[in-house]
Amino acid sequence: MAGLEDLYREIILDHYRNPRNRGELEVPPAVQAVGFNPLCGDEVIIYVEVSDGVITDVSTGGQGCSISQSSASMMSTAVKGRRVAEVRRLVRAFKHMMSIHGTGIGGTGDDLDDDGDGGNGAAEVKLGDLEALRGVVKFPVRIKCATLSWNTLVQALDETFA
Amino acid sequence: MSDRLGTGARGDFPLLGREMRGRPIVYLDSAASSQKPRSVLDAMTNYYETINANVHRGAYEIAAEATEAMETARAEVARFVNAPSADEIVFTKNVTEAINLVARSWGGANLGPGDAVVITEMEHHANIVPWHIMADQLGFELRWIGVGADGQLDLGNLDRLLDGAKLLGVTAMSNVLGTLNPVRRLADAAHGAGALVLVDAAQYVPHLPTDVQALGADFLGFTGHKMCGPTGIGVLWAKAELLEAMPPFLGGGEMILDVRKDGFLPNRIPHKFEAGTPPIAEIVGLGAAVRYLDGLGMDRVREHEVSLTAYALRTLEERYGSDLAVHGPAEPACRGGVLSMSFRDIHPHDLSQVLDDRGVCVRAGHHCAKPLMRHLGVPATTRASLYVYNDTSDVDSLADALGAAGDFFAR
Repeated sequence: MAGLEDLYREIILDHYRNPRNRGELEVPPAVQAVGFNPLCGDEVIIYVEVSDGVITDVSTGGQGCSISQSSASMMSTAVKGRRVAEVRRLVRAFKHMMSIHGTGIGGTGDDLDDDGDGGNGAAEVKLGDLEALRGVVKFPVRIKCATLSWNTLVQALDETFA
Repeated sequence: MSDRLGTGARGDFPLLGREMRGRPIVYLDSAASSQKPRSVLDAMTNYYETINANVHRGAYEIAAEATEAMETARAEVARFVNAPSADEIVFTKNVTEAINLVARSWGGANLGPGDAVVITEMEHHANIVPWHIMADQLGFELRWIGVGADGQLDLGNLDRLLDGAKLLGVTAMSNVLGTLNPVRRLADAAHGAGALVLVDAAQYVPHLPTDVQALGADFLGFTGHKMCGPTGIGVLWAKAELLEAMPPFLGGGEMILDVRKDGFLPNRIPHKFEAGTPPIAEIVGLGAAVRYLDGLGMDRVREHEVSLTAYALRTLEERYGSDLAVHGPAEPACRGGVLSMSFRDIHPHDLSQVLDDRGVCVRAGHHCAKPLMRHLGVPATTRASLYVYNDTSDVDSLADALGAAGDFFAR
């Protein structure tokens, strides 16, 4: 049985207490998407502004537990200023990490690994601080908390290019 | 307090013998689903091992025994809630199906544009969404009784809300606040206005002596798995004349007297509403659950829970004061043993995670009551709920675990 320290790493609690890129962006030019976790009622709002294939700004709102809020905060710092194609690879790598042995234990059919490489292509992507969320996998009911903002980011990107 | 309740009852429930991380499990989530006594598990196993066969068909001995076991359970359930007749007990999957049955069958035949259904802001989604669905289809109006600051229904404008209404749907006990609603008073008001009354008794029947006639209900739903019985079996009780007049809900085997190429003749009640092979073992298990609760005595169950709820409210107040809010009525006699808590600024998901680390099982979330959560202004709560096998040591473990969570997140 994993201990609480595996889940609540210091960097996670830091992002929870001091969330980065918190707030709203003007829509348009930004696009807004809302994600729900029906299990616990958490809601996350992601604003994303894309220009010339680059995420020029991102902002997060909503309410949730330390895992969902810190994951949103870390996600925002990880994607801001990066190319959309690169971000989509990062999302795949993150979701791959959030599945036990890459088999998608938390998978619900909304798995984003749709490039047919079984997540292998994601292995080269550097996750950096996001590695701190790896311990969440040991607590399967919390995986959805960690992936909520990432799924919502993808919704916002899909809408941007719809 | 009866010695058969609390610590005395624990030995009846095999699961409560489990240890979690070296400590005895502290199960405080009975409002979601109760644990099952050995007698219920034995009744179901015995059914499968000795009389398993399909019911209401087959001339052989064990088929007759299976039918007898099922119908005996129906009679026991009827007696448990003081229903005038076992024919008024319709077996469903759960309360959700019971309410959907009423919404589809009675609602479909009786509601239309210009009509209204009144429900309350503290309903479980099971008594909200079926009405949303049918309102979209049939064009009737859905009206809401609000919740006051004290966790009680705001009945100030009840007469206006009931004016022109055809049905009032209300929970007998809130699964979030623990509020015991004045069902009889509401039923009298509704009947005075010409409306029928549907009672969601999911949290009531397991915890208080229930008399459907004294409550003044027309429809009342409850579920087995919250009252020491198995999952997959619930009950809709309704007055016979209503069931007789209602069109069938699901169609299939069992619910017919005759089927021709040009139509069908429905079976008599309650079978008219029980299409297909029923969950026979679960019905037998529910019968055993009712016998178990009768053995404890529902008056004593209620006394035990009032006393334990009072202890819990007092303990939490003494230990955490204003750092911890328990939503709902403050007076134990006005509420059930459901304690929905907000603790400092710790999110319920995080709080329940630390509690789980200490073997304390509570529910975190919106409890399928999002309109009520919005009224309370919280995204979720952490809910501890008490039942026959809980005692003061469980409450102490909860209080200790809350302290540990407070320390953990204060780092």
